[in-house]
Amino acid sequence: MIRNVLALLPELWLLAGAIGGLLLGLWLPRNRQWVVHVVAAVALLLAIGYAIAAATGPDRAVFTGTYTLDATLHTVRVVAPTATLLVLAIARPSVHNHHRETEFATLLLLTTLGAVLLAGSSDLLVLIAAYLLASVPLYALAGFGKDATGTEAALKLVLFGAFLGITMLAGATVLYGLGGGTSYEVLRSGLADAPPAAVAAAVVAVLAGLIFKAGAVPGHFWVPDATEGTGIAVAAFLTTVPKIGGLAAIFRLVTVTLPTHADAALILAILAAASMTLGNLAAFWQDNVRRLLAYSAVSQVGYLLLAPAAAGATLARPALLYYLAGYAVTNLGAFAVVAARPGAERLTDYTGLFRRSPALALSLVVCLLGLVGTPPTAVFVGKLTVFVAGLDAGLAWLVVLAAINTVASVFYYLRWISPLFQNTEHGQAGAGNRWGGYVAYAAAGLSLLVGVGGGVLLALLP
Amino acid sequence: MLTVVVFLPVVAGVLLLATPRLPDAVLRWCLVAVTAVELVLVMVLWADFPGAAGYRFEARVPWMPSIGVSYHVGLDGLALPLVAMTAVLFLACAVYSLRETRRVRAYVALLLFLETTAVGLFAALDLILFFLFFDLSIVGMYFVIAGWGHRDHRRAALQFFLYTFIGSLALLLGFIGLYLAADPHTFDIADLTASRPLDGAPLAGALVLLAVTVGLAIKTPLVPFHTWLPPAHTEAPAAGSALLAGVLLKMGTYGFVRIAMPVLPAAWRQYTVVFVVVGVVSVLYGALVALAQTDFKRMIAYTSVNHMGYIALAIGTAGIIAGNDAQARQLAVTGAVTQMVSHGLITGALFLLAGVFYDRARTYDMSSYSGLAGTAPRFAGLTAVGAFASLGLPGFSGFIAEFQIFTGSLGAQPVATALAVLGILVTAALFLLALQRVFLGQQRLPAYVPTFGDLRVAEFVAVAPLLSLALLIGVLPRFLLDTIERGAGAVVELVAR
Repeated sequence: MIRNVLALLPELWLLAGAIGGLLLGLWLPRNRQWVVHVVAAVALLLAIGYAIAAATGPDRAVFTGTYTLDATLHTVRVVAPTATLLVLAIARPSVHNHHRETEFATLLLLTTLGAVLLAGSSDLLVLIAAYLLASVPLYALAGFGKDATGTEAALKLVLFGAFLGITMLAGATVLYGLGGGTSYEVLRSGLADAPPAAVAAAVVAVLAGLIFKAGAVPGHFWVPDATEGTGIAVAAFLTTVPKIGGLAAIFRLVTVTLPTHADAALILAILAAASMTLGNLAAFWQDNVRRLLAYSAVSQVGYLLLAPAAAGATLARPALLYYLAGYAVTNLGAFAVVAARPGAERLTDYTGLFRRSPALALSLVVCLLGLVGTPPTAVFVGKLTVFVAGLDAGLAWLVVLAAINTVASVFYYLRWISPLFQNTEHGQAGAGNRWGGYVAYAAAGLSLLVGVGGGVLLALLP
Repeated sequence: MLTVVVFLPVVAGVLLLATPRLPDAVLRWCLVAVTAVELVLVMVLWADFPGAAGYRFEARVPWMPSIGVSYHVGLDGLALPLVAMTAVLFLACAVYSLRETRRVRAYVALLLFLETTAVGLFAALDLILFFLFFDLSIVGMYFVIAGWGHRDHRRAALQFFLYTFIGSLALLLGFIGLYLAADPHTFDIADLTASRPLDGAPLAGALVLLAVTVGLAIKTPLVPFHTWLPPAHTEAPAAGSALLAGVLLKMGTYGFVRIAMPVLPAAWRQYTVVFVVVGVVSVLYGALVALAQTDFKRMIAYTSVNHMGYIALAIGTAGIIAGNDAQARQLAVTGAVTQMVSHGLITGALFLLAGVFYDRARTYDMSSYSGLAGTAPRFAGLTAVGAFASLGLPGFSGFIAEFQIFTGSLGAQPVATALAVLGILVTAALFLLALQRVFLGQQRLPAYVPTFGDLRVAEFVAVAPLLSLALLIGVLPRFLLDTIERGAGAVVELVAR
């Protein structure tokens, strides 16, 4: 039992950071609540450190097989807290001396914990608990600003989250009935003889909740509104961290319970195709950078879903994990640039940015071209490996579609990049947000580093 | 050593970008200095190039070993002349750009970045490395056109990016197909050349060849994938068009001889006639459309389509084994590579000269000018030399290239070769017409231009060496052909396996 608990040290650090921060915040005067953010950052760093230390151990399941420690979990344990750390930095100016500064950090940590638990759960009941943990704090975060747009965003999230969460519960119930258990291992043998149509329907229902977390079509309707309506740090968080947990959970669910189920792969392939295509089409004529990034996030999930759809290929898991890490860094970098220029919401506000702050403009170029998948950025390696896995699994049509979508996506990213280098200035100078700038530089650098250092990282992912 | 040559420009570019408060003049001279050093380094490499076939200056470091990607560079007889041509052309463009005044720091950094992508691509012996430089060259050229072009340049830049990016993704899919077919999986060009993974799989081989061909044909460009080229060339700044035509187009043709032919020999032999047909169509279409142009720069752009057509014809006939001896095939491939070098020098020079029109009078429209030889004799003289060189007059490098292509192709494809020779006639006609209209007769200029000044020193110093080199190759070609023939012989053997 103790050994089982010790296996969860990284998760426990996140929990300790959340609860400790909350308690500490109760005793601190308002102008000293930043201490809680330091505590949260320390907890995140400890979680990352312990996760790295634990990653060398063998794969194993703990708590009677309900929670699995393997490369998927190890990666998410590192990537999700790292992303949250960057979000904390982006959020600094907007929550500084805010009367709910403590709560902000606590909610972030709890959602991160939920995302990590999603990635590790190998039992439907744990999955549902993790889903709720990754969702409920998010509702509060979305409405954190208590303004009209934030409230609308929160409401949309709650409605979608509740609806798709219930669907997920129903699906889990049916799977329990069909497979005679909730543990993935039990389901794998139990579902082998179950009627395929019923299994497919139940899996679709369970996927509904995870699709909501990942922000993929058709669970994507909240993404643009929430990304536009909430604070920029929360928007960055919403489009990054829950996705990591959701996609990892989808991958585990599909590979462990339904290793030979052709329907599941087809369903995921169709969802992938729909996400990448619809996300791209909607992003085409967006003038609002946040909505553009939101739809870009939807299309990116499409490429990411290629990996679970191609779960049979040997490269599928490394590809997914690599792409997740690359996407998290790159996406946060783009959001950080938006955060660095408060009030610059439209594409035209970025006209001539290169003259005013060349480093910021170059970071944005690196991140946007990174999202396109230009080498040598991290997402390129992710895309390359995902494409390889897809072709290897016989999903040539989907890979070709993904390639076409990639070309199409260049169009709207360039609509943002092109004005950066114009001479005329339209954007207001305004007081910049230093933290956003730092995160943008760091993320752009990290994106290049993760791309160039691809060999080292891929070697770590079995 | 080769790695230093590849990355020297971009490192210098980053340093210049990061050094604050450098005056523009210093930056411009730094560009000249770095590109000159690069050329010297390439000449050192050339001096050290041995007589044997195979790769020299090889370096291979595992990059992503779990997916068979390594940093693998090396030069053979095909790559070295193109690297040398790249270094020469960049130096010429650096000298020409001594008069650039707009956002000099970014311009200098971007040109140096482009030089690294070009040299790196020609040196790459790994498909992913090749793809990386291929993609980054598109990004770099996009910024050159969008940032320093004129008239409708943003639109042209976007079109260029989207169109060639489609090509690069098709290429990537083809590369992944090769990777998956190879056992063990690898992206290494040398290993794939040795193992020819798709020779036993006709359908897969055809599909991969299709993907790779579409990718490279867009970049080359071959008819019918050429529509991005005229706007991109016309709206780009002079140095940008020279580099686009001189260096970036070669990435496509080089890809055929470096990847498509050696790695997919069976598929190449089977579909080789497609390249012959596309080549002849490109030759004739490019020449005829160029004949119809009134815009000088657009005309040069279309002659590029024509010149790239000869290359396609040559590499197409090199795939015909039956009734075609190895010597003829080697002659054709040698001609194709010589044409790549020759086109880079001559068309690069012509695009730089075209920039003079825009600089003096803001228009490329040939009907606006007449009798320029009177006030601009050096300009007229160099343009005439460039035109004659481009149409394949004996004594210039273009003649050496096209003569070899025709001689090598005639035996296997007499009809196609005869049709392609007609292309020379048309180009001769169009260049003579253009020269006559613009430079001879009574002087006439656009109303708002008082006088048409002759070439300035920087312009002359940039263009004259390019044409001199074309002349040198035309008169004393052995130093170039000796190198190319070794590489071409290897390709011919590889295709015939």
